[in-house]
Amino acid sequence: MERKVWIWTTALALVVITSVAGTAYYISTSRREKLVISTTTSLYDTLLLDVIEDQFEAEYPIDVYFISVGTGLAITHAQRGDADMILVHDPSKERAFLEDGHGVCRKIIAYNFFAIVGPEADPAEINGLLPPQALLEIVEAGRLGQAKWVSRGDDSGTHTKEKGLWNDAGLNWTELREEEWYIEAGAGMGTTLQITEQFSAYTLADMGTYLKYYKDNIIALKELVTQGEELLNVYSGIAVNKSMHAETNLDGAISFIEFLVSERGQQIIEDYGKNTYGQSLFYPAVGLLEENAELVTVQWIKNYAFFNGYECPPQYQNGHPELYS
Amino acid sequence: MQSVWEILEGIRRVIELFGNPVVLETTFRSIYVSGTATLLSALLGIPLGVLIGFRDFTGKHFVKGIFNALLGMPTVALGLILYIVFSHSGFLGFLDLLYTPMAVMFGQAILITPIMISLVVHAVESVDPDVRDLARTLGASETEASIAVLRESTAGVALASISCFNRAIAELGVAIAVGGNIRGLTRVLTTTIALEVMRGEIEYSIAMAALLLLIVFAVTLAINLIQRRRP
Repeated sequence: MERKVWIWTTALALVVITSVAGTAYYISTSRREKLVISTTTSLYDTLLLDVIEDQFEAEYPIDVYFISVGTGLAITHAQRGDADMILVHDPSKERAFLEDGHGVCRKIIAYNFFAIVGPEADPAEINGLLPPQALLEIVEAGRLGQAKWVSRGDDSGTHTKEKGLWNDAGLNWTELREEEWYIEAGAGMGTTLQITEQFSAYTLADMGTYLKYYKDNIIALKELVTQGEELLNVYSGIAVNKSMHAETNLDGAISFIEFLVSERGQQIIEDYGKNTYGQSLFYPAVGLLEENAELVTVQWIKNYAFFNGYECPPQYQNGHPELYS
Repeated sequence: MQSVWEILEGIRRVIELFGNPVVLETTFRSIYVSGTATLLSALLGIPLGVLIGFRDFTGKHFVKGIFNALLGMPTVALGLILYIVFSHSGFLGFLDLLYTPMAVMFGQAILITPIMISLVVHAVESVDPDVRDLARTLGASETEASIAVLRESTAGVALASISCFNRAIAELGVAIAVGGNIRGLTRVLTTTIALEVMRGEIEYSIAMAALLLLIVFAVTLAINLIQRRRP
């Protein structure tokens, strides 16, 4: 009996010591300045943000905490005051976020293009078409039972983009989703790509995630439609408005945005993926927009992601005009 | 054949993982968070369980029924409720607990306390009623009689604690919703697995899953060994 009591006491003491030591450790580390960023999954799941976090934390006395949830939920987090800033890719929702007073200091940080990917056999014969025609072909093949479409179905930025593309093609998404060939995954990009692969279907993919999955041989889907203004994908950072959510860390968010749009931050974005994938997963947007080049891409970004001619209208610049000079 | 190979490859990588500081940190965090949650639920659940199991009162079946019903609490539902409560717009938002290990800890403690209570009640009720009566005959007070019964049900209480720890360390819903799966702060084994699957890192995920199973089995085995050394 004595021995048993001794064993139990030791076990209990071990558990208590672990708990107390761990708690003390967390309390001691939580005194550092904290910056919570809710982000779209494509920036996080490609590991780009891990690289940016390491470099940012080496330069600033701030601990960055990323929460990878997708654009829809990221915005909800910010509206509830649970994030200090967001990294998202859905201009229409971003505009509403600014106009509702939740967001300030929006900066466009990067862009790339979506692609419609599908099986190599390409039953709907969309290879090389422009997006609206390609979608019409997929609908036709789908109704004949020859093709399937997998949608993210999760209210993410990519999902919003997909709905916009159906609209551009003159189709009604709310009716299409009821049809048999239209599959709603309700999942992140990676899972959606795997489902698409399984069904030999088509889907809309962001290039970052697609390339990672393709190069790692997780999927064999091919990029079939990659051309067209409609496929532009623009990423922005927006700080949460402190006058609406007093407990948020606005200064930290501004520092992070400054870092992202600095030459160094933009270089990290440009270089990311070149070694592993042979090409950039995301292209830096700041230099391109500042030079105001007559490039067609700049026009596209302005058409798609500017609000009344501004990346961030003056009333939402929150006393930080230097970000926009 | 392919999948067998994948699993074997995963196991080989588990062994390699023990040298990886990030993995060790995540594993330690999992054990710390879920261990503390178990401790919290034991502090509340064992006395309450003994009390309910020991006494007869009106509505006892009703109370037991409630805790039994809570055994099946879906973690994703609990996670959502706790997110709303801990959110800065929620009524406990001022505590600033959201996206901290403490939030995950409290969430897991809430998840497992009904399990603790139900299993302890069961263990106490399984003790021969003569033990209590004998203790009372020998002049023991109500509290002393309770302790005598608790001593007899040590095995059941240990099993309850282990079940709770295993449930806590294996759950995902609460850890994602109120922890946020933040690298270096709230990332635990289950949230790592969920993230790495999404990232397409299947092998790494299998290795982490194997590590999680290893912890669960090791803890259960250790308790079994201790119990076998009965005098």
